[in-house]
Amino acid sequence: MSNDNNPFNILGSEKVPVAGGTPVNETDRSLPLEERIKSLLASSEILLFMKGTPDMPMCGFSANVVSILNAVNVSYKTFNILEDMDIRQGLKEYSNWPTFPQLYVKGKLIGGNDIIMEMYEDGELVEIFK
Amino acid sequence: MVEFTTVENLIKSHLDDAIVKIHDLTGTADHLSILIISDAFKGKILIDQHQMIMDILKEKLGTNEIHAVQLKTLTKEKAQAKGLME
Repeated sequence: MSNDNNPFNILGSEKVPVAGGTPVNETDRSLPLEERIKSLLASSEILLFMKGTPDMPMCGFSANVVSILNAVNVSYKTFNILEDMDIRQGLKEYSNWPTFPQLYVKGKLIGGNDIIMEMYEDGELVEIFK
Repeated sequence: MVEFTTVENLIKSHLDDAIVKIHDLTGTADHLSILIISDAFKGKILIDQHQMIMDILKEKLGTNEIHAVQLKTLTKEKAQAKGLME
């Protein structure tokens, strides 16, 4: 994928993303909400709860975090909160964080758009993925 | 709407070394941009620094005296490196 053809490469990264994001779907919706959240968080090391998907983000902030993750070239999973209102509401309470996107690394909330942007600019984000 | 000195004092009552700078983002004194420099942030990742402050501001946000905040948190070392303090 050439950067010229990638409308979400708003950071103008020179690197062509090879890792990228993969949307995941939850399999078992019958469990209690907290169990569902915990098993989702345990399902992948880097997980972005976002509006839309990496190929079709439905919010500028989600698109921004996707392009940052692509720019640092990590492989990550995404969960579309627009398709699951229970997870969307539950996660806000679970992590005491009111907005999306939310990026989790090894099950811990790392931040939303502002924090991820600042960590990326300060070179702290790549440290978290090591 | 909130008095900026009230917010500043509230933060300082929890973090006594804090340098606090508040800006009004909308002219309505309820959308605030707050810069906080404190060594209480040492060794904590950014999200934990922000959550410390959000916990302190919880009552003001709950009553809607403050509608929204944009935070910038730094340790003294980082603030110096960024030229935000001497």
